[in-house]
Amino acid sequence: MTAQVEFRGLRRVFGKTVALDGFDLTIAPGEFVALLGPSGCGKTTALRCVAGFERPDSGAVLVDGEDITDVPANKRDAGMVFQSYSLFPNLNARDNVAFGLRVRKVPVATRRAKADELLELVGLPSHADRFPHQLSGGQQQRVALARALALEPRVLLLDEPLSALDAKVRVSLREEIRRLQLDLGITTIFVTHDQEEALSIADRVAVLRDGRLEQCGPPAEVYDRPATPFVAEFVGTMNHLAGHVSGDKVRVLGQLLPVDGEPAGTREVDVLIRPEAVRVTPDPEGKAEILAASFRGASVRLRVALSGGEVLADVPGHEALSLAPGTRVTVRLVERPVLVAERTVTVPSPASEPADAV
Amino acid sequence: MAALTGLEPVTAPVRAPSRPRLWRGAVFLLAAAYFLIPLGASLWYTIYTPTAGVSFAAYGELLTAEGFGSSLLLSMSLAVATIVLALLLTLPAMLAVRLSAPRLRPVMEVVCTLPLVVPPITFVAGLTTSLRTGTDVLAPTPFWATLIAVQNPAFPVVLVLAYVVLVLPFVYRSLDAGLRTMDVRTLVEAARNLGASWPHVLFRVIIPNLRSALASASFLTLALVLGEFTVARLLGYQPFAVWIVTISGSKGQLSVAVSILSLLLIWLLLLAVSTAFSGKERK
Repeated sequence: MTAQVEFRGLRRVFGKTVALDGFDLTIAPGEFVALLGPSGCGKTTALRCVAGFERPDSGAVLVDGEDITDVPANKRDAGMVFQSYSLFPNLNARDNVAFGLRVRKVPVATRRAKADELLELVGLPSHADRFPHQLSGGQQQRVALARALALEPRVLLLDEPLSALDAKVRVSLREEIRRLQLDLGITTIFVTHDQEEALSIADRVAVLRDGRLEQCGPPAEVYDRPATPFVAEFVGTMNHLAGHVSGDKVRVLGQLLPVDGEPAGTREVDVLIRPEAVRVTPDPEGKAEILAASFRGASVRLRVALSGGEVLADVPGHEALSLAPGTRVTVRLVERPVLVAERTVTVPSPASEPADAV
Repeated sequence: MAALTGLEPVTAPVRAPSRPRLWRGAVFLLAAAYFLIPLGASLWYTIYTPTAGVSFAAYGELLTAEGFGSSLLLSMSLAVATIVLALLLTLPAMLAVRLSAPRLRPVMEVVCTLPLVVPPITFVAGLTTSLRTGTDVLAPTPFWATLIAVQNPAFPVVLVLAYVVLVLPFVYRSLDAGLRTMDVRTLVEAARNLGASWPHVLFRVIIPNLRSALASASFLTLALVLGEFTVARLLGYQPFAVWIVTISGSKGQLSVAVSILSLLLIWLLLLAVSTAFSGKERK
């Protein structure tokens, strides 16, 4: 029941905005792929092309090698869970789940049994008779998930299904979605703008920008070895530190570190450093000073002033006490290959923090 | 925004301190007096004459008068036809605009509200003029032929068409309010995704969730058509409202009796429709 999905040169233009601009991606049967990108990058449009709610201007969507671009939405074999609550308000949970089966004229007893089974699968066995307004947001999305799975589709489409939920429910439900997906082995496309969400549950993360694929790979690869500066910026937080390339090494903050991948054309570069790769130790003689510390439980994010700039550093939570704002410290970078990009900052790094990640 | 029809679910009264409750009572009494005193006075006027004392003769005379049944029946059937036609016209159009051309919504709103601005007398004058010139200009077209073919003195289709225009603002407002309460696009897409055809989406997803809006649209149409006088009168038909004026023109007591009776009638009708709709909703 699982299928391969292929996007082939997908292009879609809305008026003046180009939502998809030659998007190519192949998703293997049973794979869980997260489409990740800032809003307006075309990820939802790509998903809607699979569901049949959007027709590409050019290009094609193939499921198991078969072109489904012209198949009407109600004839496609893809279950979808929407961002906003989409349960039919006039039906209880069981009837919502059984809706698709009813459309296909499945006998009442069979569809009831199937609906109850699916509600049990999503952890709501005792909520079958509740109406949507009697369910919490998380419960509604669970029912919507059960409803999407009721027809045993070949592809499961998730359009930011967790974005309306509160943080705790979001985490538990995303783990549950992953567990279900692994159990059922269903090909799943998950659209999200939350990089943590994408990294934590997907087999592969596809990062989109302006309607094109920037990089697609396993979460660890996308995080550790971003293919482009955009991916590096978007996935996780990056410090931009001024560096000076010599040979295959780069000198940054007084340390000589090996360059990862292609060195940039110029000698003066930005060195991209993750906050967790910055070591901060209290040192009364240190040249750096902690400007601010925001405690996040397991970790503390520090804003550290260096001579001429700032750097963000993540240190374990228990070090918070010794690293209060105002403390003099020394800053060292973890010895490992680093990415470099063309120089965009001139001073040694006023660190930027895109899209308040993590 | 939508007119109140008594169909809206009544929220349970919240417990309030006694001072606001006192105020509430006072306002309620004032409103009740405003409605009930003239009504009571009218009722008293119809059943009491200084010479004959209390008698319901006026009502008896009314019910047996010629044309009561036929004009009432005409009004009712006009109302039903108007409701059906207006809903058939507006609901699919409103859904289409919402789903595929949201930018046309303001245009549609203006068009649908326009009949409210044009006084009925102007509307009828325009209607008769166009019907007259239409005979010359449009006579050879199939549209005109159809219009003539469906004309029937016992059931004036032209009145239904005119009423559909008149009720357009009310129907539009009610349905608009109903559609605002749900995420139409997502619901439609969810249903399509589950394999539902367009008719299935309409009848199993949209309409069931639009019950109270449809009821209030029907209500307003019913009330408006039953009470409509100008258009029917000037086009020369005799539905209930025109009949009332004709029959009661000469007799004071009778005319008031007619008003009370029609008020009662409409009230009963609305009550019937309301219970029918809310009963279904509870299911």
